[in-house]
This record gives sequence, C-alpha cells and structure tokens, in this order.
Amino acid sequence: MTPFRYEAACDTQGAVALGSVLGAKYLGGGTNLVDLMRETIERPDILVDVSGLAGEITEGDEGGLIIGAGVKNTALAADRRVRERFPLLAQAILSGASGQIRNMATVGGNIMQRTRCLYFFDDAVRCNKREPGTGCDAIDGFTRNHAILGASPACVATHPSDMCVALAALGAIVTVEGPDGVRALPIMDFHRSPGETPHIETNLQPGELITAVELPPLPAATKSVYRKVGDRASYAFALVSVAATMTLDGDRIKDVRIALGGVAHKPWRAVKAEATLRDGLATEEAFQAAASAALTEAKPLRDNGFKVELARRTLVAVLGQLAGAAQ
Amino acid sequence: MDGFYGVCLHFTINGQPVEVEVDTRTSLLDLLREQLQLFGTKKGCDQGACGACTVLVDGERINSCLALAVQYQNRAVVTIEGLGGQGSRHPLQEAFVAKDGFQCGYCTPGQICSALGMVDEVARGVPSRVTEDLAAEMMMLNHDEIRERMSGNLCRCGAYNGIVDAIRETFADGRAEHPKREVA
Repeated sequence: MTPFRYEAACDTQGAVALGSVLGAKYLGGGTNLVDLMRETIERPDILVDVSGLAGEITEGDEGGLIIGAGVKNTALAADRRVRERFPLLAQAILSGASGQIRNMATVGGNIMQRTRCLYFFDDAVRCNKREPGTGCDAIDGFTRNHAILGASPACVATHPSDMCVALAALGAIVTVEGPDGVRALPIMDFHRSPGETPHIETNLQPGELITAVELPPLPAATKSVYRKVGDRASYAFALVSVAATMTLDGDRIKDVRIALGGVAHKPWRAVKAEATLRDGLATEEAFQAAASAALTEAKPLRDNGFKVELARRTLVAVLGQLAGAAQ
Repeated sequence: MDGFYGVCLHFTINGQPVEVEVDTRTSLLDLLREQLQLFGTKKGCDQGACGACTVLVDGERINSCLALAVQYQNRAVVTIEGLGGQGSRHPLQEAFVAKDGFQCGYCTPGQICSALGMVDEVARGVPSRVTEDLAAEMMMLNHDEIRERMSGNLCRCGAYNGIVDAIRETFADGRAEHPKREVA
C-alpha cells in the first residue's frame, strides 16, 4: 500500500472540497478500496472518509425512499420499508458478500465498486482498466466470468454489484454533489460501457461524491424479485442475475422492468425484452420471446457461452415467478 | 513514494482504553496483532474472503483485514480475547469444544466472533438470503439460517457441522424445532 493522508469528512461540502484535490479518493466501508490499495491497484494520496455522512433512509415522494450514500448494506436490507416496498432490493443485497462485509459496505461504495476481473487484479498481465492503453489479456484468457453484453475489444469485465442490478430495475436516481453543485443521474446513466476507455467507469466528474439514491415508488400491486445464480449459493459473485418488476392487469402485463447482472460492464437493463412484454399476455411463450430479445446481441467469449442460456432460463423463470405471484 | 502518515488513535479494546500511534495504512487486524500483541484474531486471506479476522466493533461483526484502523478510532472493539471471564470460557467457546466445532482451530476465533455478531443481527430482525418471509418481524435461528449467515467464515478443516451445532446449542430456542433440516 502506498502512503496516504487520511481525512474524515464532517459534512458533504467539506468532503467535496477535500475530494476535489488531485489524488484524493472517497472512502466508504473500504471493503473494495482497501483491498485494491493493498494490491497497489489504487494509490490515492488522500483518503477522504465519507462513511460518517448521509447515513439515513428517509421517505421520498408517494412511497418512494431516499437512501443516504453512507447507509450500510445491512441497514438497507434490514429496513422495514425496503423489505415491504422494494423486496427485490433487500434480496439483491442479501444475496451478495457476507454478513461482515455487508456491515461495513456503504450504498455509495457498492455503486462505486470495481470489477473483480482477475486480470484487473494481476499486475503481471495487461489490463486497459488498470493501465490504459496496454491491452487486455482477459479477452483471450479464461473468460468464464466475463461479459456477454456491451463489451468492447478493450475490456470484457463485468460489474460485480448485486444491489445495482436491483436499482436498475427500479429506475433509481443517484444524487451526486461536486464542486459545481448537485445533480441527479439515473442509475442507467451512472455507469459507462467500456468502449475505448474502460478505466473511466462512471459518468462522475472529478470530485463528485454520491450523496443519496432515490427510489421512485413501486405500486403496491407490482411484484418484484431478484434471482442470482453463482458457483455457490452464498458468498460468491453472480454468474448471472435477474432483477425484475411486473405489474399485471388481469393476465395482461401493464408494466415490466428487467435488469441483468453478471453479464456486462454495467447493470444491464433489458429494454427490448421489456418492450416485447409490455401490454401483452403473461404467457410462457411471451417470456421465452422476451428472453430471446434480451440476448439477441449477446456475444459470448470462449468460456462463457453458458451465460447466454443461463441468463435466458433465469429470466424466463423469474418472469414466470412474478406472473404467478401477481395472479 | 517515501515517508508515511502517522496518526495517534484511541480505541476501547476488550473494555480497555488504548492509545496507539499507527501508520494510516495499518489495518485493524495488523494493529491488533502486530502492535497490541492480541494474536487471537487470525490473518487468513487478508482480502475479505475467509472471515478468520472477524472482530466485533460496537457489537457488529466486521472483517478487520479490510478495516483501516484509522477509520475505526474511538470505537469499541472486541476480539476473542475479550470473551468469557477471568479464567472461564464464553458459553459459545464451551459449545465449540463440546460439539467439535474445530479441528486445527485457525478459523475458530473468527467463527466465534462472527457467530456472536450474527446472533445479534437475528435478534435485531436482520433478514438473510434464506429468510422465507422477508417482511417477518421475528427471525428464526435454524440450521439453514445459521449456515447462510455464517457463509463469510470458511473452515478448511470442514468442521461446519460442529460449528452449526455449537451455535444452535448455545443460542437457538427450541432446539428440536427443525429436526428434519438437521438431517438434510
């Protein structure tokens, strides 16, 4: 680990002032950042501890919630309002990491966590994310855990978060504050596809800090679920995960939102699949067609072709589960 | 880069006030072991994957290897050395012995601290991935729940059945509540 100065922020403005200095990084729970610092993949000069800020969950508009960025993952999953109104979010958080890590990890840090691509962690190999422009040794390497959607010749890493997949299905809004003030970013505009610049993972400007995540209300009749498939049932990253919400009107689908995890550089919203389902009948055939629509652009690598079929089956199962629960 | 940043920190560790100067890079785990000679807390993977370093901070279990000591100043830390009384073991430690909850013992301090934090989470109504009714007020401490909630603590000797038994024996009310799951 390279030496760094530690500053505990007292408020958001103070945090942003410290965090806007070149070489500064924000510290939440540290469960990802400290590990990356130990591997000298991250080498901040100043660590600005924001874990003591924004630790509340408050009511938003009409049943929505506003989650402070410093809320711990355990506290979010245990919040009664989250469990009752946004069960897929509680499920997503509880399906990730361990009890210890969820006690440490913050909501803001969960959104900012970096890929667990082993080539990113290994400084003996090339990685465009770690050292821009050097190349990617993952693409022709062992790609079982890598992306099947939205990847580029520069990077095939996946985003590791479970929580963000649920936030994508919920259409969450991320509030950020920086030197130029406060702005709101829809979760789908927060993370970037890798393109030519996989080292730039979010649309945050220098110094900008996540302060809150707003969940728009989910109608009481809307069913939601998060399902994760991994090598172990517990304490493993997703090979594939599906977060979805569904609102039925009789046997017709009024609204549906689908996000996939473990398959792309960012939480992947399956917009085409949603469009094929909306205003149609909730049938097995429709779910199959939607899953095909979600995966038409999938480009599997040497070792992860199974993810296409796994995602298809998981999505069909989740849609069936939601339709059954709503009837 | 040369040099380092030293900071003087205060903690309460196992009930005792502690003042100590550390490099900002020091993990809570290294502070405990290398500077305070509290060797009960173990370093396994040093990257948050094994749980051997689990300690309680203000009653909550965390991985001390991923915790920068400086971030936990002024907090109350409890390690395995802080459990039980003078010359006596905590009931969960007794149960680990009685139920063969370990073989080599390296993961045991982490298992025990983790279990104590876990039981407190259950009492506070924190759900888990296997909780059937997410909205339930009361959480069960049955076999499946214990296994899921303890998944952050690996035991390479494979003493898991003994570990689950020891936790059930010590904390689960109505021990025979799920006899079928015990077999499965």
